[in-house]
Amino acid sequence: MDKSTIKYILKRLLIAAATLFVIVFVLFMILKLMPGTPFNDEKLTEAQKAAIYAAYGLDKPELEQFYIYITNMLKGDFGISYAIQRNMSVAGLVAPRIGISFSLGIGATLIGTIIGILLGIAAALNRNTIWDSIATIFAVIGVSIPSFVFCLLLLIAFGVKWPVLPVLYNASDPIRSSIIPMVALSMGVIANVARFTRSEMIEVLGSEYIQLAEAKGISYKHLILHHAIRNCLIPMITVLGPIIVGLMTGSMVIEKICGIPGLGSLLVKAIEVRDYNVILAVSFLYSVMYIVVMLVIDILYGIIDPRIRLGKGDRS
Amino acid sequence: MTKKKKILKIRDLDISFKTDNGEVKAVRGVDLDLHEGETIAIVGESGSGKSVTTKAVMGILASNGVINKGSIEFTYTDLSKERIAEVTQKYDGVIPEGYAKEEEIKTVDITQQSKKFIQSEIRGRRIAMVFQDPMTSLDPTMTIGKQVMEAMLFHYKIPKKEAYARAVQLLELVGITDAEKRMKNYPHQLSGGMRQRIVIAIALSCDPEILICDEPTTALDVTIQAKILELIKDIQKKKNLSVIYITHDLGVVAKVADFVNVMYAGRIIEKGSVNEIFYGPRHPYTWGLLASLPDVDTAGDELYTIPGTPPNLLKEIKGDAFAPRNPFALKIDEKIAPPMFEITPTHHVASWLAAPNAPKVEMPQDLKARIEKNRKEANW
Repeated sequence: MDKSTIKYILKRLLIAAATLFVIVFVLFMILKLMPGTPFNDEKLTEAQKAAIYAAYGLDKPELEQFYIYITNMLKGDFGISYAIQRNMSVAGLVAPRIGISFSLGIGATLIGTIIGILLGIAAALNRNTIWDSIATIFAVIGVSIPSFVFCLLLLIAFGVKWPVLPVLYNASDPIRSSIIPMVALSMGVIANVARFTRSEMIEVLGSEYIQLAEAKGISYKHLILHHAIRNCLIPMITVLGPIIVGLMTGSMVIEKICGIPGLGSLLVKAIEVRDYNVILAVSFLYSVMYIVVMLVIDILYGIIDPRIRLGKGDRS
Repeated sequence: MTKKKKILKIRDLDISFKTDNGEVKAVRGVDLDLHEGETIAIVGESGSGKSVTTKAVMGILASNGVINKGSIEFTYTDLSKERIAEVTQKYDGVIPEGYAKEEEIKTVDITQQSKKFIQSEIRGRRIAMVFQDPMTSLDPTMTIGKQVMEAMLFHYKIPKKEAYARAVQLLELVGITDAEKRMKNYPHQLSGGMRQRIVIAIALSCDPEILICDEPTTALDVTIQAKILELIKDIQKKKNLSVIYITHDLGVVAKVADFVNVMYAGRIIEKGSVNEIFYGPRHPYTWGLLASLPDVDTAGDELYTIPGTPPNLLKEIKGDAFAPRNPFALKIDEKIAPPMFEITPTHHVASWLAAPNAPKVEMPQDLKARIEKNRKEANW
């Protein structure tokens, strides 16, 4: 990596840090405005509540609370849970769930992109034929039906009718329990990726450089593999970023349905019981993921596409 | 002039495209000849069928294009691998006269060949093409070197090292400095003129016998245009290439062509040597084309344009396609399409005005004066 690439990455990291700060601040303040408290037990008297508030430092002015939260966060301390597991550290609560959610998201992304790309290419190469129509119909269905509907259908089919897979998440059998949620999650990805690949591929196939390559007399296979696919996959990377992040954050409902102890279900529960620190920590994690994925994709884009290779490629 | 070998003979070529709106008759009975070492130009406005004709020769018609009838006979030298190696090394890719044995000279009708045969034996290997826009015709994600080597590796199956060395030579041939360094570059790192040189290098990489140049200079600056035309001319001489120019730029035609074919609505309406077309045009459409050329003396005057628009090729054309735009059209033009009338053995025109018993029609005075002036300047 040369100097300007490093400079570019450093700049991006600084912007990322500033963005994260703003996100945390806004979230923190919004949570304070949210009606209700983590201590909603009706048996608690006002005095008891005040005592609990004082114990957790929640009676201080908001800005001071924020200052304390941020300084602790910089030390790696995300506070403790107020409601879900009272007094347990948030880090301890979140950490074991990260792996579960990530493997689910990554699995769904992989399945979705691979099948989506293949479908998209097949549709573009067999344009205006029955294959193209099938792929298009599939893509429309995939985009318009929410993933939890697929999930329910799959659960009914493979969990109840032909009980080959577990209906609820089973910690002792994570692989088999992940199949249904993973497939359900990947449906939207397949649809999006297939649609994008198809239109991109059609555009590439109509381009002049494909004509020139064809005029060289190389075989169709070589033409598609070496010229068309590469050029159509480069822009693919840009849509993959939001898809990956979307999968990780968007799996909330699926996690809930299948009883997966992941980040999504934790966040939903934390919001229900106003567990401020957990909400903050999980949202923060999502933001970090988003920013990191986008940065990685930008750098990757530069590596794969010679036209925007950062800092290199002096025009002469 | 000695009788040269005929390398390409197109007869009565008829091509149409099936579209949702009906059948577009893009090429309607084209005859074309190309001899060894000769440069011909196909001139005409957009949609006249000039590109479609050459695409049919290359076997790269769009998938909805159909050749309804006609033939494209291509005569080429089919050498074994060892003989090719000898030619490339000893004679720099140019097959010397009398080198090929009789059984090595073959003639095929391209319209009758399989896709596979055209792809592996003809396209890119014996007939190559230079495309119009160098900015978009190179693969943006592949190095120049790879793109130049690709066709050689494919058609001649030579080792990579050899292909690399040949590619560097080719780049030097087309006037690229720092050829070794450029091999590793990507297209976006080069200027338009350089990219067009690369496109030419790619076309030349398999030592083709015919080079088709589809508007090779339209996308370039005027100064670079001249250089590129010079380059093609140079290489043509060195390699004994036969060249087909497709263009609507009569300036280019005058500079490079030996023979000119004027196309209109899918048909060749006048053909002749470059002098015959420029100094003695007979078809009213050719008059219009020449009159619409800007000229130093016409500066300030309004530029001449041919009235009307080309016919809709979706509809059956009755009679002469140009008749509705032709101020000199005769009654017969509306009913029967004119055949080719011979003016001289090389000059033919498809216009009833050239019929022996047709009324005498002179070309417009302005054009006549202009041609007269040009002729004097050129001393012809």
